[in-house]
Amino acid sequence: MTTFLVPLILIGGLTSAGVYLLLERNLTRMLLGLLLIGNAINLLILIVGGRSGNPPIRGRTSDGATTTADPLAQGMILTAIVITMGVAAFVLAMAYRSYRLTTEEEVGDDPEDAKVSELAAKDAPAVEEDRSQPAPARDTDLPDELDALPGYEGSR
Amino acid sequence: MSLSATLIPLPVLVPTLGAAATLAAGRRPRLQRLIALFALSVVVAVCAGLLYFADRDGTLVLDVGGWGQSVSGMGPLGITLVVDRLSALMLVVSSIVLLAVVFYAIGQGIRDGDERQPVSIFLPSYLVLSAGVCTAFLAGDLFNLFVGFEVLLTASFVLLTIGASKDRVRAGISYVMVSMVSSLVFLFGIALVYATTGTLNMAEIAVRFDDVSSGTRSAIFAVLLVAFGIKAAVFPLSAWLPDSYPTAPAPVTAVFAGLLTKVGVYAIIRAHSLLFPNGGLDRLLLVAALLTMLIGILGAVAQSDIKRLLSFTLVSHIGYMVFGIALSSQLGMSGAIYYVAHHILVQTTLFLVVGLIERQAGASTLQRLGGLAAASPLLAFVFVVPALNLGGIPPFSGFIGKVALLEAGAQSGSVLAWVLVGGGVVTSLLTLYVVVRVWTKAFWRARADAPEGHLSEAFPASLLDEPEDIEFVDRDHVGRMPVGMVAPTGALIVVGLALTVLAGPIFAYAERAAAEVLDRGQYITAVVGTSR
Repeated sequence: MTTFLVPLILIGGLTSAGVYLLLERNLTRMLLGLLLIGNAINLLILIVGGRSGNPPIRGRTSDGATTTADPLAQGMILTAIVITMGVAAFVLAMAYRSYRLTTEEEVGDDPEDAKVSELAAKDAPAVEEDRSQPAPARDTDLPDELDALPGYEGSR
Repeated sequence: MSLSATLIPLPVLVPTLGAAATLAAGRRPRLQRLIALFALSVVVAVCAGLLYFADRDGTLVLDVGGWGQSVSGMGPLGITLVVDRLSALMLVVSSIVLLAVVFYAIGQGIRDGDERQPVSIFLPSYLVLSAGVCTAFLAGDLFNLFVGFEVLLTASFVLLTIGASKDRVRAGISYVMVSMVSSLVFLFGIALVYATTGTLNMAEIAVRFDDVSSGTRSAIFAVLLVAFGIKAAVFPLSAWLPDSYPTAPAPVTAVFAGLLTKVGVYAIIRAHSLLFPNGGLDRLLLVAALLTMLIGILGAVAQSDIKRLLSFTLVSHIGYMVFGIALSSQLGMSGAIYYVAHHILVQTTLFLVVGLIERQAGASTLQRLGGLAAASPLLAFVFVVPALNLGGIPPFSGFIGKVALLEAGAQSGSVLAWVLVGGGVVTSLLTLYVVVRVWTKAFWRARADAPEGHLSEAFPASLLDEPEDIEFVDRDHVGRMPVGMVAPTGALIVVGLALTVLAGPIFAYAERAAAEVLDRGQYITAVVGTSR
């Protein structure tokens, strides 16, 4: 099977633009990213279905083509388009709801995750206390191995 | 047409028609509930029948539309539905869970719901979700599998964001985005498969892949694994799950936790054994399984909210199933299949119990809970049985499944398999630690000892969540646990215990299912019609 280079480059371009947009935090951009990737994949299925030809209906010809176009690829694309459209409508509704609730359409952090990371921050000072304290009786003007520990940089 | 062939499409048709009927009966809640219960009861009966026929007659095939074959010896035109022992088992367990959870949700709605509840969308979406799950298990066609995934995902979007409160919209956004990315990756994989083989029928793909170079095959398998791995929540692709599931209402979380990830695991089993049988990526899968187990359970250790904690154990235990699959051995596959059945039941039950805890105590976080064992011995009992089962305490099915998997790992004998056996034991112990921590904190200590024990949610939430904190002493007495919620939970515990009591016959069935899955020749023969 031979393929043309131009559609493949187009697919790659659409996908990379889609991935870039998907990595944003703004919901509208994420949705656009999804749609771009979806279209890139639809294009891929179309190319994969082989060359153009007669419509897959008995007795119909088009431009004197000798082969029949693959109807399955078109069926798949149609299904994929419908699914993407439905989900896009849902995402838009959710974006609007999110905007109404928070007056912003950025994706927020998970509050439970934030709590866990706060726990970690709470534990950190406790760990620090366990660290060997510099002996106050020592001559601190001279640099020693404790100077290298984080939090004790420089001699005291 | 034989009886078995008539039964095959029913698990999809009945919930779909039920969804339409419940939507039409949107203003008559009682009728809606009756339709939903009836539809799902029929599905349970049909799936049980399919299990019987699949075990007696071997793989059952239905060519929808009966278009015949394009060329003899090639796959059928049109969509094929296939039931073998594996999909029959998955169908039976899923339909039991779906029925029990809808009972629970209805019981909760009758007791705690009120007129503001958006129940009129809940039941139709739930039935569509059921139809999607059944489609995925019945699909003999890669694109039909995709459609099944999409149907269940779209319904799950609605269920997860029901009521559209702030938390649920935030969780819903990430869930929708991650699910859509996985669907697009799956679609990309389908395009690649179609480019390589020119067909979508799984049996025919399996035949034609024999002539494809192993590099191409592995690349396509990797693409499909990423798609299925996101759905099944296999580590590096699992971070979305604990963020999105816990915000949903209890019955929704329960059914998601039980079923949706397992559909992904089922797809991995199919792809691994039927389409790509050479085990080219087994080492990768083993490493992913190890990391899923360990990182999942370490995440659970850090959580204080029981729902989130259970979501992390869910991720962690997916690792066991992937471990069994990646061993590519008869015993490993049997263990994985048995473990999937066990885990669907136990995880759903635990989430339902958390719903009960939330209702009775007004909180699901360990910061606030305490004294539940004294307050309600029945609640303590329904928690402790599935919890010990999840932790793998000997008489229970969790132990049997884990022993089978560990034995399969030891049989395989490679260094990596032994590392996984060790990882599995550690994960099991940590799971026990996690559930015992929930037990000692929520059930054993006095509520006064909990750091925020004086706080509680104002009233039991059913489907909507309107978090409003009040002093625990000011909370209205919620009464005993409603029978409509305890009975389905108890029923699921009984089914879970049946996996233990009847472990002999059920494990023998799992072994037959594994043998059937690993011997792909007979699947291909059943679908394509001739031994090639």
